[in-house]
Amino acid sequence: MSHKIVVPIGPYHPLQEEPEYFRLYVEGEKVVDIDIVIGYMHRGVEKLSESKHFDQVAFLVERICGICSNSHPFAYCLAIEDLGKIEVPPRANFIRTIIAELERIHSHLLWLGLAGHFIGYNTVWMWAWRYREPVLDCFEMITGNRNHYAMMKIGGVRRDIEDKDIPALRKILDELCPAVDMFKGAIMDDPVIQARLVKVGVLTKQETIDWCVVGPTARASGVDIDVRRDEPYGAYGLVKFNIPAAKDGDIFSKTVIRIKELYESISIIRQCLDIMPKGEFDADVKQIPPGEGIGRVEAPRGECFHYVKSDGTNRPVRHKIRAPSYVNVASNKVACVGGTISDAAITLAAVDPCYCCTERTAVVDRVSDKKILNGFDLVKLSQEKTEYLKKKVI
Amino acid sequence: MDIKTEAFTKSLWVFHAACSPCNNCDIEILDCLTPRHDVERFGIVLVGSVRHADVLLVTGVPNFKTKETLKKLYSQVPKPCLVIAVGSCACGRVMFRDSYNSPCSVDEIVPVDAYIPGCPPKPEAMIAGIVKLIVKARSKK
Repeated sequence: MSHKIVVPIGPYHPLQEEPEYFRLYVEGEKVVDIDIVIGYMHRGVEKLSESKHFDQVAFLVERICGICSNSHPFAYCLAIEDLGKIEVPPRANFIRTIIAELERIHSHLLWLGLAGHFIGYNTVWMWAWRYREPVLDCFEMITGNRNHYAMMKIGGVRRDIEDKDIPALRKILDELCPAVDMFKGAIMDDPVIQARLVKVGVLTKQETIDWCVVGPTARASGVDIDVRRDEPYGAYGLVKFNIPAAKDGDIFSKTVIRIKELYESISIIRQCLDIMPKGEFDADVKQIPPGEGIGRVEAPRGECFHYVKSDGTNRPVRHKIRAPSYVNVASNKVACVGGTISDAAITLAAVDPCYCCTERTAVVDRVSDKKILNGFDLVKLSQEKTEYLKKKVI
Repeated sequence: MDIKTEAFTKSLWVFHAACSPCNNCDIEILDCLTPRHDVERFGIVLVGSVRHADVLLVTGVPNFKTKETLKKLYSQVPKPCLVIAVGSCACGRVMFRDSYNSPCSVDEIVPVDAYIPGCPPKPEAMIAGIVKLIVKARSKK
C-alpha cells in the first residue's frame, strides 16, 4: 500500500550560505518528489552592500558564508578591478591564490568529515576535523584569524605573507599529505563506504548540464568546468594543476573528486610559495570610476559570481551575487528522487550544501500533520543502514 | 548549592539554534566537539531535539522567519535553561543592523545569560564562556 508522506528538511540551516528548506514527498521508503524553499537565512546582503562604501563591502560579503569566506571577497575584488581596470601587483595575486587554496583544503576536509558523520562513520568525522585544525592554524598564522580572514582588498591584499611564516606553512602542508593519503585509503577502499555511496544520488551528465550544476558536483558527472583553468584569475595562469574528473556522477565520485582536489590544492600552494615574487602587495586604489564589472572565482563548491555597478560615488549602485550552492541545491530535485529516505541525508549533503539542516528534519504525515521521524531518527536510519551493510559486506 | 543546581550545571546538553548566521560560528561550535578541544570530555554534547537541552546556543541575526522559530524553540526548552548568544551578530547584530530583514537582536526575543563576542569566537573563547556561565549558575542562590 502506498502511503505518501512529507519529510520537511530545514527550515533554517547553519552550515551554508544559501538557506533552504526541503520537503521530501515519500512513498514508503522511496522519495518520489522534492520541494525546495529558500529564504530563511536572507539577510539582505545585496541591499546592505549598496549602503556601504567599496572597502566596507569586502568585509560584508565575507560574512555571506563562513566556509567560503575568501571566495566572496575575492570575486568582489575581481569585479571592482574589472570595473576600474586596476592592475594587481603580482605578489598579491600569489597571496590570494594561496589563501583560496588553503580555503579549499579546509572546506573539503570539513565536507568529508560531515559526510562521514552522515553515513554513520564518526571516525571519519573526527579524523577529517582533526587534520583540518593545522590548516586553520595556518590561517591564524598568516591572516590573524581562523575564519573570516579579511585578506582581500581592492587592488591587492591586506597583509603580506612574511618570510618567517613560510617554513611553518610548508611544514603543515608536508604533514597534511600523509594524512590525506591515509584518508584516501580509508575512504576509497572501504567496502561499506562503497556500498553506501556508489550509485547513490546519481546525477547524469545531461542532468548536470540541464540544471547548470557547477563545481566538484558537476566535475563528478563528467562536465569539465573549472573557472581556475577556463578563465584564470589570481596566479592560476602561472601554476600547473590538474582538474580531477569523473563520469559516474554518484556520491562516491564526488567524494573521490574532493579528495583528489586536496592534493591539487597542496601542489598549487607549494608552487606559489616557490615562485612568489617579492615586492608590493597593494595597488593603493584611490577612486572607483563609474562602470560595471564582474568577478568569477572557483569557490570550493563551484563558481562564485559577483557583479558590481558603480556610478562614480564611493558606494556600489548595484551588487549582484550568485553563490555556487544556489544552483547546486536545485539539482537535488533529480539526485534525490528515486532514492530511499535513508540515502536522502547523504544525497542532500553530497552537493556540499548544509548539514545541520538535515539534523533538524522531521517526517510529517501529510494527512494528520503528525511528526513521525525527526532529523535525529533520519541520521540514525542512515547509520543503521551502514551497520547492516557492514555485516553483509564483511 | 542545592542538588538541583548541581545536577543542572553538570554535563550541559546543548541545542544549537542557528538564526541566519554565516555558518562560521556554527562550524566553530562543531569544532569544539572534535579532537583538539573535545568538550564531550565534560559531558557537553549537541542534542538533536530542543526538548533534551539545558542550553540554547543562538548564533546569527534573527530575520523575520527565524525570529518566530527562535521564540518557539525557547518555549520548548525545559526550564531552567541557559541561553548563550555566540558571535558578534547574536550579541549586537553588528553590520546587519541596518538590514531590512533584521527586525531585532537575539536578546529582544529571548533572555540571554551569556554573550560570547567574536567573529567568529575561537573555540577556546566558547569554552571559557561556558565555564563562566557554569560558575555564575552555581553561585546563584
